[in-house]
Amino acid sequence: MASLSFSSSVSSSTPFLRPSAFFLKPRSISRLPLVRAKIREIFMPALSSTMTEGKIVSWVKSEGDVLSKGEPVVVVESDKADMDVETFYDGILAAIVVNDGETAPVGAPIGLLAETEDEIAEAKAKAAAQSSSAPSATATKVEESAPVATKVEAPAPAVAAAAPATPGKVVATPYAKKLAKQHKVDINKLVGTGPFGRITPEDVEKAAGITPAPKANVIAPVAPAASAATSTASPAKAATSFPEIPGSNVVPFTTMQAAVSKNMVESLSVPTFRVGYPISTDALDALYEKVKPKGVTMTALLAKAAAMALVQHPVVNATCKDGKSFTYNSSINIAVAVAINGGLITPVLQDADKLDLYLLSQKWKELVEKARAKQLQPQEYNSGTFTLSNLGMFGVDRFDAILPPGQGAIMAVGASKPTVVADKDGFFSVKNKMLVNVTADHRIIYGADLAAFLQTFSKIIENPESLTM
Amino acid sequence: MQSAISLSLSSPSPIARSGVANTSNACWPMPRSLRFCGLRREAFDSAASFDASSLRFVRLNLQPKHSSLSKVSAVLKGNGAPSSSGFDYDLVIIGAGVGGHGAALHAVEQGLKTAIIEGDVVGGTCVNRGCVPSKALLAVSGRMRELQNEHHMKSFGLQVAAAGYDRQGVADHANNLASKIRSNLTNSLKALGVDILTGVGTILGPQKLKYGKGDSGEKIITAKDIIIATGSVPLVPKGIEVDGKTVITSDHALKLEFVPDWIAIVGSGYIGLEFSDVYTALGSEVTFIEALDQLMPGFDPEIGKLAQRVLINPRKIDSYTGVFASKITPAKDGKPVQIELVDAKTKEPKDTLEVDAALIATGRAPFTKGLGLENINVQTQRGFVPVDERMRVIDANGKLVPHLYCIGDANGKMMLAHAASAQGISVVEQVTGKDHVLNHLSIPAACFTHPEISMVGLTEPQAREKAQKEGFEVSVAKTSFKANTKALAENEGEGMAKLIYRPDNGEILGVHIFGLHAADLIHEASNAIAMGTRIQDIKFAVHAHPTLSEVLDELFKSAKVKTKTSLSPEPKSLLILQWLKLAHLVQLLSQSRSRRREVL
Repeated sequence: MASLSFSSSVSSSTPFLRPSAFFLKPRSISRLPLVRAKIREIFMPALSSTMTEGKIVSWVKSEGDVLSKGEPVVVVESDKADMDVETFYDGILAAIVVNDGETAPVGAPIGLLAETEDEIAEAKAKAAAQSSSAPSATATKVEESAPVATKVEAPAPAVAAAAPATPGKVVATPYAKKLAKQHKVDINKLVGTGPFGRITPEDVEKAAGITPAPKANVIAPVAPAASAATSTASPAKAATSFPEIPGSNVVPFTTMQAAVSKNMVESLSVPTFRVGYPISTDALDALYEKVKPKGVTMTALLAKAAAMALVQHPVVNATCKDGKSFTYNSSINIAVAVAINGGLITPVLQDADKLDLYLLSQKWKELVEKARAKQLQPQEYNSGTFTLSNLGMFGVDRFDAILPPGQGAIMAVGASKPTVVADKDGFFSVKNKMLVNVTADHRIIYGADLAAFLQTFSKIIENPESLTM
Repeated sequence: MQSAISLSLSSPSPIARSGVANTSNACWPMPRSLRFCGLRREAFDSAASFDASSLRFVRLNLQPKHSSLSKVSAVLKGNGAPSSSGFDYDLVIIGAGVGGHGAALHAVEQGLKTAIIEGDVVGGTCVNRGCVPSKALLAVSGRMRELQNEHHMKSFGLQVAAAGYDRQGVADHANNLASKIRSNLTNSLKALGVDILTGVGTILGPQKLKYGKGDSGEKIITAKDIIIATGSVPLVPKGIEVDGKTVITSDHALKLEFVPDWIAIVGSGYIGLEFSDVYTALGSEVTFIEALDQLMPGFDPEIGKLAQRVLINPRKIDSYTGVFASKITPAKDGKPVQIELVDAKTKEPKDTLEVDAALIATGRAPFTKGLGLENINVQTQRGFVPVDERMRVIDANGKLVPHLYCIGDANGKMMLAHAASAQGISVVEQVTGKDHVLNHLSIPAACFTHPEISMVGLTEPQAREKAQKEGFEVSVAKTSFKANTKALAENEGEGMAKLIYRPDNGEILGVHIFGLHAADLIHEASNAIAMGTRIQDIKFAVHAHPTLSEVLDELFKSAKVKTKTSLSPEPKSLLILQWLKLAHLVQLLSQSRSRRREVL
């Protein structure tokens, strides 16, 4: 049968404006002899000379609508503009082959026009054959979607007016209705879970078998190293793509936890290495017993020892700020990691090399009290140049610390334990030994630097008299 | 903005505008449209009765003279003593909205001793409860939309974590903007020495009025000329109970005290559309209730259709058309807001809606009570002060009231802030002895949705009707934003511009734009209409590349005008013109031939 031609109706008065919009293309002449079927195909028109395919913006008419010659039927988006396309034939829109929002090449059938109602079924069958995408859905859609499409206001106006908030009245939000139409869900069969029993978009999605997608999880994954270096938000993003385990509950970070998280992610951009060192602590333990009554803590002893070692190895107290230079810090500020309720903070013993052990201990006590009361001033927790982390009191024998951003090195101190040692003459003895493990920024601190520092540190610990001076 | 806010009332249906008023099927929007179209028709008529082009020339010649004169006088006089003896003021303006402000500024420039009476706050609706704060909300909604549009961001190569907003922060932005503009306005009046008189102004008789608050010290003043510029208030149809919380008007909505999950917006004009843009961007679902048979009445139908496809269909919006909200009950006793709908034509009950909130955006009603109009025998028409085309007030006997003018929403000619201001300036021109008639067809209007809609002049149906009456031809040219480099760079190719013109003489009848920054783009067209520039001339104007203004450039260039350009350079490239010339020659030849034959 001769095919249908379409013309754009941009402006009926000025047809000369867009001559190319006229689509008068006789097609499949070979089929002409068949008089029986009066089903015509509606083709994607060429709306401009450069157009190769078009997108159906919307069907102005629905399946089953009676069309008369010259009426706009469908809106097509070309590479230049949206245009109404109108029919040159009377008939009934039997089937829509290409739906709203879908694309078809120029000349491809996008719908079928039947001359009489009897031919609708035939046209639908044809449409089913033609359209590979869900043909049966298209066919059944006519009955299913009709009541939805013509709005839910239909049910018994008299009843609705007489008794507002009637039980049984279907109340669906605008988006829920839209989704229902889109997914061909019969909204009248749904039970609303929203406020006042209304049907929400979620209800429709559930009925359509769609898990309501958590928004913003479509973000393209980024190379972890790069994202860690630049973006602090990336871990949160990555987390959203983890499979959800039922029953889990999500507790958002506190400010402190968020800060820790941020710092930890930032630390990944620093190339670090670790060096461990066993240190005999018999002498230190003896000293500790002596000074303990005077209020000196092990933390203060270790901080003092580290500070004294740092005086001799300024590079370990340095910072690499820009990846191009050493920043030698003028003072030695020992930050000490403290676990407090729900978090971690590093109060700083400023000028630890200059203060004596007792003052240092006193200072430390104040800092810890302040930390517990969350009253630390920024310079009291962020001015550290070297960090000390001690898990020895828990019996941990060795661990590995993460270098905080802005510092050159961090020392992880394990527990001091009686250890069997063999001396150079082959005699066994039992000595208290602890393992310290330093993590350092290799851009400025090299292996030999750190080894030398640890050697100095161990000498100070093994001969702790100098600490009290 | 007031503009945006006020117009929805005034531009109900294309039918109404075109003057066929009796086909009204809508009750409340109708009164407005009646006035609107009536006056519009007057505008056409006056233009039609004279030779349009000659009128324009008169105006063009006048303009430069004024401005030079006015500057000199402003320097000499400031807002000093009244020039004519016996009056306290040369000019008193009742109402310090945008209209009154514009008039006052121009009056001082013209050397008039001016006072402005304000009973509420300086700035009026536009600044305090209209265009200004709504633009702040729309600025937020535009950004939210962009950030939420993952596809859009992705196509830029941008990644954005889920966007959120702080309601109070958004509300504060709107409020801060309003107070800033208000203080700017107040300062500009003070700087010029305009007397700001506080209280309600009432006209006592010719050239005489009183002002003051209640009983405490009312003062009587005299003025040579008086301008009424009292503006309008939101129109609430009967049956609707506004509680300011769940059933609100634009006055409340602009404070953004809460963002409902589901809000019904009654009226799909400018106000309704702008608020639907704000609410959907902030996560609400919206139901439109429109009394007319289609959404967005008053817009050019083609623009309306496209706008609907972009602004309504893909958003979480549904609509009921051809229905009235006959009764709206605010949420109380654990029940949601209830809206009873009746058929607009048959008045049969149709449906009941249950929503979280309802915004009444059915338009605006003039605020003219207490003006003392009865003292000078003026009867308002549905609240509007009747005026002629020079804004002179007409009394109950159809006679002009001397020295009394009414501008802005109070006269209902064109309910836009900038129209009020233009009318005010026109009045000041007249009282300083220079006749001036404002061409309302050159006043642009804009709706600040995302993307924006703007227009000036006639819609296509209006133009066709006028053409039929007056016997000329109408042509339409269109361009798409899809072909504009800048729009594509912004990933905002959605939109079109439409030009309605006379192909015989190149007159621009109307321009309608839907697309990115349409509100800023319209002025090339509105200025052309105001200046009487023809298409054959403006098409040679150069536009910077790449800019959105090239959409209009292309629009003018695509128009096919049969007249030669009035500029000197010959448009050699215009094949059409040459063809026309040829055709004309052939015609002449054949005519002369046939004549010869007759002679023979």
